[in-house]
Amino acid sequence: MDNAQLLISGLANGCVYGLIALGFVLIYKATEAVNFAQGDFMMLGAFVSIGLTNTEYMGLPFWLALPISLGIMGALGYLLDRLIIRRLFGESQTAVVILTIALGFVIRFAAGLIWGHEPQTLQNPLAGKEVRFGGLVLGMEDVAVIVVTVLLTWGLYVFFSRTKLGLAMQGASQNQLAAYYMGIPVKRVQGFIWALAGVVAGIAGILFAAKGTVDPTTGLLGIKAFAAAVIGGFGSLPGALAGGLIVGVIEPFASRYIAAGYSQIAPYALLLAVLIFCPNGLFSQVLVKKV
Amino acid sequence: MSDPILTIRNVESFYGPIMAIRGVSLDVIPGQIVSILGANGAGKTTLLKTISGVMDPEKGKITFDGDDIQGSEPHKIVLKGIVHVPEGREVFPLLTVDENLSLGAFTSNDKGQIDHDRDLVFSYFPILKERRTQEAGTLSGGQQQMLAIGRGLMANPRIMLLDEPSLGLSPMLVQEIFDILKRLNDEQNMTMMLVEQNANAALELAHHGYVMEVGRIVMDDAADVLIKTEDIQNFYLGIQDEGARENRRWKRKKTWR
Repeated sequence: MDNAQLLISGLANGCVYGLIALGFVLIYKATEAVNFAQGDFMMLGAFVSIGLTNTEYMGLPFWLALPISLGIMGALGYLLDRLIIRRLFGESQTAVVILTIALGFVIRFAAGLIWGHEPQTLQNPLAGKEVRFGGLVLGMEDVAVIVVTVLLTWGLYVFFSRTKLGLAMQGASQNQLAAYYMGIPVKRVQGFIWALAGVVAGIAGILFAAKGTVDPTTGLLGIKAFAAAVIGGFGSLPGALAGGLIVGVIEPFASRYIAAGYSQIAPYALLLAVLIFCPNGLFSQVLVKKV
Repeated sequence: MSDPILTIRNVESFYGPIMAIRGVSLDVIPGQIVSILGANGAGKTTLLKTISGVMDPEKGKITFDGDDIQGSEPHKIVLKGIVHVPEGREVFPLLTVDENLSLGAFTSNDKGQIDHDRDLVFSYFPILKERRTQEAGTLSGGQQQMLAIGRGLMANPRIMLLDEPSLGLSPMLVQEIFDILKRLNDEQNMTMMLVEQNANAALELAHHGYVMEVGRIVMDDAADVLIKTEDIQNFYLGIQDEGARENRRWKRKKTWR
């Protein structure tokens, strides 16, 4: 019963990692760039929703603040691509990497200036409620996180495999030149991907802030999500989610069964093992081009 | 003879500081196949990329159906009815055959037309219908080339720019694909601009031929006249010395008989 409890809370944490990893992979697939500010985007999404909802700030109703914060995060993602990333088109990938790392710092300090450095939590209708399931006591927030993540993943899957725009996004990431030849407006599609990554980060941030506390350094757990994305095989959406779940589940078990000093390294030890024994990740999509 | 649908006048394109096309002019008559021959690096692919908008010309004018199109965005060019079937297939490897074809029709919203075009593609390339749920990256080279051409057809184009459809294919497959291109031209009255190194196959198919060398057009004539020109082999291979000439005669027999 103890283990089941650990498993559920690990899964809930893992869902948040998975959502951040999803953002990494979305942008990587579409633009071949890695957005190292994805974790800070998540933190920013959390603070935007806190700023709109919590009574000490604007105090909007939760269900109204939700779509507004997601809209803001999407717009930020889009503008970031439009105003900054697109100007680096054709530059080396290192430039984008360094730019996004710097952007992470900027977001962290800006969030600290606006909302302060104290840990805060999102006031939400699910807070404090519990679900009893068999002998298990589950936080309502944990359940919500898992449900939302499953729904979102399913929605993204349907979007990418069934809609024309989703197919065009896949095409643009698999073969950018051919996408141009087919008349797909590749730059506009990439802008849309950045917006989508912003929305996904916003959702992750809201879930995270609802089930725990955030402060401006929370974004650094993006590194764990990055490890999750690599474990899942950078470039695969289901892989990113699975990687997140694996990292999320390992953490509570490691801290339960391994000495305190060592438990923190468990996700990274797994990352090393995956890189050594399965360098393309667990769910990689790699195809060699035929001549 | 009717007016040309595509005219190119004094176009110059650059790769950075390198001038890849040095003032090219040519005409394409509707319903005809125009072949452009030339060795590696002659600027043939650059010319097609300049037409389809993937590259912008530094100078010159490209007119399609009366409108100036030089320097337009690629998706606007596709909307006008010019589709580029790139060199080396360039299919979407992880998408299925069906999904690849759907992306070919990205610029169209007319479902009836798309279904009609898909049936048309399957009637010319029945193998694609058999493989429609298979990932394109797992097709053979010849099937990928067929898919690339079929994907181009899905845009319901008025002119197709074909970049080396024979690249890396066996002589039998080249024959098969060129037969299909001929049928498309005869039955659908499809206008084509074909870039090729396989001069004989290209000239047998084409109505008119141009020969390019280091960024310029050095010869142009009706294809049946051009094919009889003795020099044509030298132009398309771009090799002059005796040893390579022997090599080439051997290759010619092998490829075309």
